[in-house]
Amino acid sequence: MHSMLTVLRFNLHELARNRWLGAYALFFGAIGWALFYFGAAPDQAAASVLDLVVFLVPLVSLTVGVLCFYSARDYADLLLTQPISRRTVFAGQYLAAALSLAVPFAVGLGVPFLWYGSHERAMETLLLLLLAGLMLTLICVALAFLISVGTENRLGALGGALVVWLFFVVIYDGLLLVLIMAFPNYQLGRPLAGLVLLNPFDLARIVILLRLDIAALMGYTGAIFQQFFGATRGLVIALTALSLWTVLPILLGAIAYARRDF
Amino acid sequence: MVEIRDVRKRFGALIALDGLSLAIKPGEITSIVGPNAAGKSTLLKCMLGLIHPDAGEILIDGSVVNGGWRYRKKIGYVPQTPRFPEAFCAKELLAFLTDLRGLEPRNESRLIELFGLESTMNRPLHYLSGGTRQKISLVIAAMFDPEILLMDEPTVGLDPLSSRRQKQWLREERARGKTIIVASHLMAELEELADRVIFLLDGRVYFDGPPARALATTGERTLEATIAKMMEDRQPCTAC
Repeated sequence: MHSMLTVLRFNLHELARNRWLGAYALFFGAIGWALFYFGAAPDQAAASVLDLVVFLVPLVSLTVGVLCFYSARDYADLLLTQPISRRTVFAGQYLAAALSLAVPFAVGLGVPFLWYGSHERAMETLLLLLLAGLMLTLICVALAFLISVGTENRLGALGGALVVWLFFVVIYDGLLLVLIMAFPNYQLGRPLAGLVLLNPFDLARIVILLRLDIAALMGYTGAIFQQFFGATRGLVIALTALSLWTVLPILLGAIAYARRDF
Repeated sequence: MVEIRDVRKRFGALIALDGLSLAIKPGEITSIVGPNAAGKSTLLKCMLGLIHPDAGEILIDGSVVNGGWRYRKKIGYVPQTPRFPEAFCAKELLAFLTDLRGLEPRNESRLIELFGLESTMNRPLHYLSGGTRQKISLVIAAMFDPEILLMDEPTVGLDPLSSRRQKQWLREERARGKTIIVASHLMAELEELADRVIFLLDGRVYFDGPPARALATTGERTLEATIAKMMEDRQPCTAC
């Protein structure tokens, strides 16, 4: 544990020199501040920020995750020739990358919400957005590390990360639409709720949308989703699926990292 | 004692190590020579666990180390091209390694003084020249007084004075019973230092013995000429 924390501190020290961490916090701070300044209620502000969280946080986390991995790869010899396991090195590097993104996101988004909406409803909304953003950060950095371990160069890994982002943001939803069109006479609400578990971006978005007042606009499918994800059991399943989306890429990445030649 | 038993490593179609077997004794400077892509760096990296052999065993002091990591506390490594994190200065980096190992460094001050690094310890590593980074790498490799030193082209980028001091220091370490393995293509450097020369070609041992015997085998006057002749002939030494 001491070795892992030392490697984590080492990587955080290296990442802290990057100014984009501050820019990332400022971006979310500016968006949150602008929404409240122009009069949005917490739910409206949350709905507006939600799309940014669901699209932008994964994109930034995937690309920065790849860049962090390859930045650490440049001096991998230094750590991997020390008497510590590869699992320790991998865990320290992953946590450093995830923290370097999660902290600016939480600070950037949290400050305007705390400033403008200190009542209970705003706090609940903020916590939901933070939870979604942080889960997506952990998942996407884990996916970025898994992609990076399996590729030989930075550009290839960045390409892979962008393909993953496009798949979950555009292609997966397109495939679901094709499915719905192909079976017009079937009620696909429940199978769709199951299929959403396979897309962490959609999952995070739906879990939050259902907690906001605007969920009523989602129609029949929304009602099915409300029935599934709105209940405690569904929420537990959703959070379990998001946790699995984090843990599995980390485990697979750590195994591949241990087998890789440097 | 480092033992390598029938180690094989292939990168696609390229055979880097082809059933290599060696035993390297402590108290000697063993130099591994050979042309580019002969397998020198691959062999050192296999000993360090950076590269996993496809087959064979590596033993340190009688214990098989394949896949392990604790044995690396016995090893100091000087890479061919030292790369460091950019946000650190040398002093911070050495402090980090000390914290990581949980040991008090034994040779740090002496080596910093030996290579004249006192004034550069607080400067960011990315501002340092290649030679200075090489010296920092030597300090890192030796600061915990390891039993085994693996050095990949350790004199590249060093000025003549630092190179001379490094050689003198290696002789002292040899006298203290250290196992020193140096991979290099600078034959003149090795001729001065090495007790034993291992010539690798196509991942196999083509010559293994003292430098004097290598010279006698080919009739050449220098180690460089000897190795060049062996490369031209590409015949394994039958007298080894």
